[in-house]
Amino acid sequence: MSTTTKEISVGDIGARGAEAKSQINGDKMALNVGPSHPTTHGVLRLIMELNGDLIEKCEPVLGYLHRGDEKIAENMTYNQFVPYTDRLDYLAPLANNVAYALTVEKLTNIEIPPRCQAIRVLVCEMARISSHLLGMGVFGMDAGAWTPFMYTFTEREKLYTLFEELTGARFTTSYTRIGGVARDIPDGWLERVEKFVDELPKAIGEVEKLLTRNRIFLDRTEGIGEISKEDALAYGLTGPNLRATGIDLDLRKDKPYSGYEQYEFDVPIGTRGDCYDRYLVRIEEVSQSIRIIKQVIKDFPSGAWYAEDAKKIFAPPKDKILTSMEELIQNFMIVTEGPQIPAGEVYFEAENPKGALGFYVVSKGGGVPYRMKIRAPSFCNLSILEKLAPGHFLSDITVILGSLDFVMGECDR
Amino acid sequence: MIDEDFKKSLLKEHSYLVQRDSVDWFTVECPSKDLVSFCKSMRDNQGFELLIDLTAIDHGEGEECRFSTVMHLYSLVHRGYVRLHSLCTDNDKPFMPSISEIYPAANWHERETFDMFGIHFTNHPNLKRILMWDEYPYFPLRKEFPLAGIDTPLPADDVVEVTQASVEPAPMMGGPFVSASSGPISDSEPRAKDESWTERKEKPL
Repeated sequence: MSTTTKEISVGDIGARGAEAKSQINGDKMALNVGPSHPTTHGVLRLIMELNGDLIEKCEPVLGYLHRGDEKIAENMTYNQFVPYTDRLDYLAPLANNVAYALTVEKLTNIEIPPRCQAIRVLVCEMARISSHLLGMGVFGMDAGAWTPFMYTFTEREKLYTLFEELTGARFTTSYTRIGGVARDIPDGWLERVEKFVDELPKAIGEVEKLLTRNRIFLDRTEGIGEISKEDALAYGLTGPNLRATGIDLDLRKDKPYSGYEQYEFDVPIGTRGDCYDRYLVRIEEVSQSIRIIKQVIKDFPSGAWYAEDAKKIFAPPKDKILTSMEELIQNFMIVTEGPQIPAGEVYFEAENPKGALGFYVVSKGGGVPYRMKIRAPSFCNLSILEKLAPGHFLSDITVILGSLDFVMGECDR
Repeated sequence: MIDEDFKKSLLKEHSYLVQRDSVDWFTVECPSKDLVSFCKSMRDNQGFELLIDLTAIDHGEGEECRFSTVMHLYSLVHRGYVRLHSLCTDNDKPFMPSISEIYPAANWHERETFDMFGIHFTNHPNLKRILMWDEYPYFPLRKEFPLAGIDTPLPADDVVEVTQASVEPAPMMGGPFVSASSGPISDSEPRAKDESWTERKEKPL
């Protein structure tokens, strides 16, 4: 049997794109991706119009994970809603819990003691590490690199063990209450957290070795999905996606909450706003979170871990409930009627791993919000896709989606 | 931070604004007819480049002004928020001017607000439902819409023909909700106990 060889030359990717654009003028193809597809990281559906391999139009379709969280919130007491916040950005439930508790507390005038604030900062930063570890690993996988995912997931597993020791659950933590947290940190937990953050840089180093200067990874991410500063602001991007474009907006610095002003850390920003920059910003944020965690543990405040003056809001300690009449009544009222929050409206957003997670609460007094709006960072970050995707190859869409690092649980609410 | 001088000059420059009390951010009420020009001036002259959030509130049936929209703008110059309320003048066919030309971020927020409250945004480039499916007949975040949902046909006609299936209200008894402790069980849709605004009937004593 005879064989013939044929030489194939693979030119520059950009030039190929331009060539493809000039040559193909045939019928356009409509392509539907999702709602259940591995690249879409959840139940996102994309309706694309392709000209050859080039995307000409991309329309995201949402709502497949819509559960009506805002309607549910209007029908239950403030503390009952905490488990629902776990299920927003389910890769960083602790950060959601904290953002929610801080919002409702802003309507009251209770003072959160330093120990409780430190616990909250600690869990927020741990949640950020866990979310970014997943984000980076999956992003590598989207670009065709399997191995980094194994490294980041090993570390993430260690974090989940720590979360389980603290909250009793690995994923659905429901850790905060209005006016405090569910329980104090267990004995020896801080040392275990410290040990974890001491060992983490080594694993991050391995991921960096595999990805950061990897030729294939660079070819697939550099210059792909570039977002300009103006576009990022216009479409309301927040978090690492906004900072990758070079805009220095970190709510932990600009509007410090829960005692973030005491800790020293830098805000990494990118220059081009492409997929590669978004990856670099995330990897640096992990290092900064480690810095914050070390500072928190170094000066960990003692004292109360819940607001002690918060009568009618935070339930008294269990031993008092079982022995004293007044505390029993208080506990009963908080459980049945909900924490008594004064009337008013409040908007607060926290710098979550995915961006600014905001809660807008309208209270008419009593234990139930009149209206609650959840401002989900993934929802806003995804809205730029309609503008971002056209002009890219179909194969780039995986990388772009991976780099935007969104979670549909939060997007659809 | 948003300082007092800025607040004063803003209120002076735009005489139609009404300041509202607030526990957190500077809050103003803007008439819907001036909303577009005000947002444009906020973006171009005051540095409020980031539309953080846009949503609506249903104040309840029978209120003089039933729907209002709320916006939060953030400025990188001032490093602070401004909250913007606007009242919908028509209760039966609520509408608002769309600001998605000024802030493209508003595009999806307005679609969501339309989806949930049925507020029409005039001049919106693509006003259709975003979270619910296109044929969905209700506006779920309106106060009269029950928590459990309403029996609704499925979006795909061909599926309905074969299966006769529909979207059924959620069976909610025994959930984490606070349900009424007395009366017939069939009546006691679980709901927050001390809020009379979700009740169709008068609040029992």
